[in-house]
Amino acid sequence: MSALPAYASTGQRVWHYSFRTICGLIFFFLIFPILVILPLSFNAENFFTFTKEMLAFDPAGYSFKHYEDFFTNPDWQQAMRNSFAIAPVATLLATSFGTLAAIGLSQQHVPYRSAIMAILISPMIVPLIISAAGMYFFYSRIGLQGTYIGVVLAHAALGTPFVIITVTATLVGFDRSLVRAAASLGANPVTTFFKVQMPLIIPGVVSGALFAFITSFDEVVVVLFLGSAGQKTLPWQMFTGLREQISPTILAVASLMVAISVVLLTVLELLRRRSERLRGLTPS
Amino acid sequence: MNTQNPASTDTGPDENPQVLTTRDGIPLKVSLARALRREKLRALVLIAPLLLFVLITFAAPIADMLFRSVENGIVSETLPKTVEVLATWDPESGEIPDQAAFTALYEDLKVAVEEKTHTRLGSRLNYEASGMSSLFRKTGRRIGRMEPADATVERFIDIDKDWGTVETWAVLKRYSPTITPGYFLNAADMQLTAEGVEMKPENERIYLYLFWRTLFLSLTITSTCLLLGYPVAFLLAALPARSANLLMILVLLPFWTSLLVRTSAWKVLLQQQGVINDFLVWTGLVSDAGRLVMINNQTGTIIAMTHILLPFMILPLYSVMKTISPSYVRAAKSLGATDWTAFWRVYFPQTVPGIGAGAILVFILAIGYYITPELVGGTDGIFISNRIAYHISTSLNWGLAAALGVILLLAVMLLFYVYDKIVGIDNVKLG
Repeated sequence: MSALPAYASTGQRVWHYSFRTICGLIFFFLIFPILVILPLSFNAENFFTFTKEMLAFDPAGYSFKHYEDFFTNPDWQQAMRNSFAIAPVATLLATSFGTLAAIGLSQQHVPYRSAIMAILISPMIVPLIISAAGMYFFYSRIGLQGTYIGVVLAHAALGTPFVIITVTATLVGFDRSLVRAAASLGANPVTTFFKVQMPLIIPGVVSGALFAFITSFDEVVVVLFLGSAGQKTLPWQMFTGLREQISPTILAVASLMVAISVVLLTVLELLRRRSERLRGLTPS
Repeated sequence: MNTQNPASTDTGPDENPQVLTTRDGIPLKVSLARALRREKLRALVLIAPLLLFVLITFAAPIADMLFRSVENGIVSETLPKTVEVLATWDPESGEIPDQAAFTALYEDLKVAVEEKTHTRLGSRLNYEASGMSSLFRKTGRRIGRMEPADATVERFIDIDKDWGTVETWAVLKRYSPTITPGYFLNAADMQLTAEGVEMKPENERIYLYLFWRTLFLSLTITSTCLLLGYPVAFLLAALPARSANLLMILVLLPFWTSLLVRTSAWKVLLQQQGVINDFLVWTGLVSDAGRLVMINNQTGTIIAMTHILLPFMILPLYSVMKTISPSYVRAAKSLGATDWTAFWRVYFPQTVPGIGAGAILVFILAIGYYITPELVGGTDGIFISNRIAYHISTSLNWGLAAALGVILLLAVMLLFYVYDKIVGIDNVKLG
């Protein structure tokens, strides 16, 4: 399919090009909704569609007013501060617990490995609405509902499976004799961990942390139930905005969040290449 | 660990020649077992903090939900004496309980009204039989002014004639045990009556239909994802690595973009005054008056969720197709197969594991979706999750929310068990 041979029949040629067109349309479907909000966020009017001025590339049709609104509106600013207060702490918790557990799980002999793995991965599998419902019931029993700590703990729990999966994947290629070599040269377990093991698995740990961060940063269902007005995050503010009075500021926020995803995607790709190089594979 | 040469062990006259020992004289078997135990312990110590953390912050809430879906302590807590008296009463007799029950009810309600718990009991019982909430409110208001001597059968019937019906007392008796299947029956559109379990009247059945619709919409979304994802994965696997990696960005960027960003994009695109409708009007395909309604209905949910879940279909399909050697198809063609036969009989069967993995993953994710249907689904495009959220935050019928949640959870667990059998839980890959 990749290249059309010179002897291809007319039918094969027609099929080749129509298949490519179909694929092109599907790619368009995937990327178009994300690309279309970028120009719309610079709309000078409060419309959700392209105005005549915009289509004519008239500078008067474009403005930064929705971005200005985002950076000056106290509601959005508070939401952004809350998001940045919750996500890093949840990430730190998820990453430190998750990395330790992944190292434990990758030992050769772990009793009840599959049962433990099932429990640790479960926050990723259980539908968010069920996690949110259970946490709402349980956290209101123990007085954590509507508190900052409650939201952080919940987000950390949701982020751990990603850390476990990424770190375990890096540990698969980890040469255990390096640890033994360090120990035989007199390093204690803590030194061995930080000087030998950590530098080699750091790409996995960082990408796990990024996953945990984005899980918390994007999460809306759990915070919607567990949080009170004081924990209103960016996704929550977007959710209420979309449900009640839809304002074009949302498009400005969405464009900024697309920019964040692009940065994250780039970092992850660089990490993946570095990890493969460290493990002696040629990055593709 | 230093072991002696097996040949040297039979030099010692008082040692069993069969047993290998380490240098310090401990049998090798014992020493190995000890080392193994130490290793297991070390692994468990490393895992323990996270395991405890997840058990407390995540597993305990799920267990709490399971408990709440059957828990029903409220009747016996609010009306302890009445429940005791009713234990000897038989609703089959066709007569209301005697004076003892009314005296007990008076004493219980007197306490309940002081603690203001009678209205909660009323709303709880109202889920099972309508009219109970107002009955308890009304009785509660009047009971404060009643003397113990006034607590007669006639006086209660005078407050509300419902106290004179067998059904009221039967409901009280039926829901006095601390464990009830009532929420689950409600979740399946059934009810517990004097004659046992039966279906609710036609016009009150909503949940079975909602479950059916959740299933139907999830299946539709899974099939559209497969239909759109298969060609893309096929193309990506066939292209040389360089161009495939470039095109992969088009799949990964949506995958990494916030769910709410993508939902808002669709909300903007699909509106009647939105970009798609404007474009269609401009091309003349649709008249200005006949703008398409694509949002706040099932169409909106299906389009937006297909877009959101498509990467979850493409990625597993791609990773399976990448491992299929092109020489099989070439061999088939050299043996005289047409393009179609080579694809259908040789290539396609090898992609079935990828289809299975992708389809189950998308289905599991779709069946529990809440945000997107809530924002673009209107009334006929919503899922069972939206009903659960409604019962938690609006109707406050937490027991029913828990029961619906447990049913959904069981469905997901079952699907995940299948997924584990096909793909394996350890083979989950990200990005």
